[in-house]
Amino acid sequence: MDDIAIELRGIDKSFGLVHANKNINLRVRKGTIHGIIGENGAGKSTLMSILYGFYQADSGEILVNGKSVAIRDPNTAISVGIGMVHQHFMLVENFTVLENVMLGAEDNQILNKGIAKARRELKRLEQEYALEVNPDALIEELPVGLQQRVEILKALYRKADILILDEPTGVLTPAEADHLFRILDQLKAQGKTIILITHKLREIMAITDEVSVMRRGEMVATRTTRETSVEELAELMVGRRVLLRVEKGESRPGDVKLAVQGLTVKDSRGVTMVDGVSFEVRAGEIVGIAGVAGNGQSELLEAIAGIRKPTAGTVLLNGRPADVAGHADPAELRSRGLAHVPEDRHHVGLVLKFEESENAILGYHRDPRYSNGVFLNIDAIRRDAEEKIGKYDIRPPNARLKTANFSGGNQQKIVLAREMERDPDVLIIGQPTRGVDVGAIEFIHKRIIEMRDQGKAVLLVSVELDEIRSLSDRILVMFAGRIVGERSPEATEGELGLLMAGVEGRKEAAE
Amino acid sequence: MDFFHVLVVLLESTIRVSVPLVFAALAGLFTERAGVFDISLEGKMLGAAFAAGAAAAVSQSVWVGLVAAILVSVLLSLVHGYASITQRGNQIVSGVAINFIVAGATVILGEAWFRQGGRTPALVEGARFQVVNFPGADAIRDVPVLGPVYADLLSGHFLLTYLAFAMVPISWWILFRTRFGLRLRAVGENPGAVDTAGISVIWLRYRAVICCGILCGFAGAYLSLAMTAGFVKGMTAGKGYIALAALIFAKWRPVNVMFACLLFGFLDALAIRLQGAPLPLIGQVPVQFMQALPYILTVILLAGFIGKAIPPKAGGVPYVKER
Repeated sequence: MDDIAIELRGIDKSFGLVHANKNINLRVRKGTIHGIIGENGAGKSTLMSILYGFYQADSGEILVNGKSVAIRDPNTAISVGIGMVHQHFMLVENFTVLENVMLGAEDNQILNKGIAKARRELKRLEQEYALEVNPDALIEELPVGLQQRVEILKALYRKADILILDEPTGVLTPAEADHLFRILDQLKAQGKTIILITHKLREIMAITDEVSVMRRGEMVATRTTRETSVEELAELMVGRRVLLRVEKGESRPGDVKLAVQGLTVKDSRGVTMVDGVSFEVRAGEIVGIAGVAGNGQSELLEAIAGIRKPTAGTVLLNGRPADVAGHADPAELRSRGLAHVPEDRHHVGLVLKFEESENAILGYHRDPRYSNGVFLNIDAIRRDAEEKIGKYDIRPPNARLKTANFSGGNQQKIVLAREMERDPDVLIIGQPTRGVDVGAIEFIHKRIIEMRDQGKAVLLVSVELDEIRSLSDRILVMFAGRIVGERSPEATEGELGLLMAGVEGRKEAAE
Repeated sequence: MDFFHVLVVLLESTIRVSVPLVFAALAGLFTERAGVFDISLEGKMLGAAFAAGAAAAVSQSVWVGLVAAILVSVLLSLVHGYASITQRGNQIVSGVAINFIVAGATVILGEAWFRQGGRTPALVEGARFQVVNFPGADAIRDVPVLGPVYADLLSGHFLLTYLAFAMVPISWWILFRTRFGLRLRAVGENPGAVDTAGISVIWLRYRAVICCGILCGFAGAYLSLAMTAGFVKGMTAGKGYIALAALIFAKWRPVNVMFACLLFGFLDALAIRLQGAPLPLIGQVPVQFMQALPYILTVILLAGFIGKAIPPKAGGVPYVKER
């Protein structure tokens, strides 16, 4: 089993001034799962796109099964047995599973014959790899996990022996991710070679045989997974020691700053997403809300922030109702000391086409410091932005750069700087580190603890259980719109996992 | 004239005015399904009508006229394709530009070449399409009901009329039963899926645009070689836009496209029929109102009765490999 499936020799690639891949060497053993880890922008995806023929390397050589191959386009890659599951699925949403699998490998000019053959082949693949999916279902009607399965089937249908998966768990729930890993294990058992690109250390440790680390376009190390540790990999990724465990002292809870009473929220379809939820957050504590995505956490946050109107219940901010005559006004709430870091920074938190300094005051633009009521005071806004850039180490340090040009971690820092620097009483944060690289995660976590120690009441919602456990002073678990239990951060992952799956909670509610 | 006779006459003229709409809407179907929005159906049709009129007048051959129409229309399509596929320009701007250029160029060239105020010379027999009479059409014309239906509705149209309606199932078959159609529809929804499957997005879209050009060529040739005997400036009179409306109304489906075109054609025929005729209760209606009726109804239909029309997802967006 010591054969090499893929060997890259001296791969080099630049996009204009960006040197995305610098002299990359990589050997992937046949029949193994090989992880490639690195921060966002380290060049992982570019490297794999070169391997799949999506881009051409400026120089370097690719060997597949020991033979040098010039991969000029995806067609060549497919013909030498390389298949790719893209981060953003390359599926046609209003086509059926079968049509998507066939696309580009139809055999005949006229579809009929090919359809029958594809159906048989798909059936065989489903059975061989236990990848069941209804061939006549429309992609848009399938959950994300199954869509991903179709992508894998697409690659297998093209007789791929080497499967590249680009950040496959980014869109999956923990349960779906576990399922995917079982599938990958099975594919490995059948002799397939798998390359897994990710920036999540846990996944690397859980499933890979070997791991290569990329940093700023370079391949910095390759390790056997069994012989390395999360700490070593994190250090290799970032290039310095990283604190994965957040250090924090005892919390000293004060007065109740935020109180939610019997809050019920329906979504746009009229489905009850938050069902009579009550809790309190005190000054100087972090309350974490754990749960699998889609159990009402998003709607809860939006209702507290005044973006979504609840159908019942009240939110008290500093003891006073947040909504005046059934109408909550986000601007009013901000002026009363509520700061909100939304879950979705691209659509809610930022205007990506604005320059950094404009986003740094978004929502606070009426403040007399920035505006006289008619005109904005551009100089003051830019000075203010530069101050925040320094304090939050936002890179590149350019207040006039378009926000879309910052990395995910730096975009998140722009939002955090804007909300935290207002010195709020209550800070509500959704998914603080989603799409953020390891180095920035450490910084963001530190800032959140600092806010707590300054006596702010912090409500934290995250689907990353590790994050909830390491930051929170109290953990509330949400399932199907209800709070099904409260635990201390010392609770085990298994205990919280059961609550999140709604198993323990029902028992507790019944008692 | 009894009611039945009126109905037959009305339906016959519905078919007559629907033909260019059917061709143009099917043309739009091919490009838009491939993700290239095409507002220049109007311009292509007009350019083709001019080319057909001019070439037929000079050569005295209807077939030379038809080929010229298709060539010019395909050429204009390729211009639109080059701007929107290769150069990734704004597809609406490119389409509007083509409409303007053609509207002006046909008049200038027509005046320069023929000196008839922008018209092409009236075409004689042989340089224009003749109606096709089915066997026995005249013999059974007097048979009640079946006679007029066979003799006037089914028989007695131009070759291009039959082609237009034949193109409906043919287009459906191409789009939904061939490899080309599958890929064409895929590229209009998610070009990334097509690219990663190892198929050229650009070549595929160019082929769709060429299909559009050919069909618009037929539409234009019908206007100047069949419906009338020669080109008159601005003779498309917004038919390209009506075809576009029909395409949206039909939610980008071939058979629906035909029915939408027939509906718009029927409104047009009705308006012509009702001109000058007093309506019960209302009395005499101004001619201008009757002429505007199809357009008013178009607005009402599109605004109120269409439901949710979901255009091809990648429509209007040039394909750029993500970095």
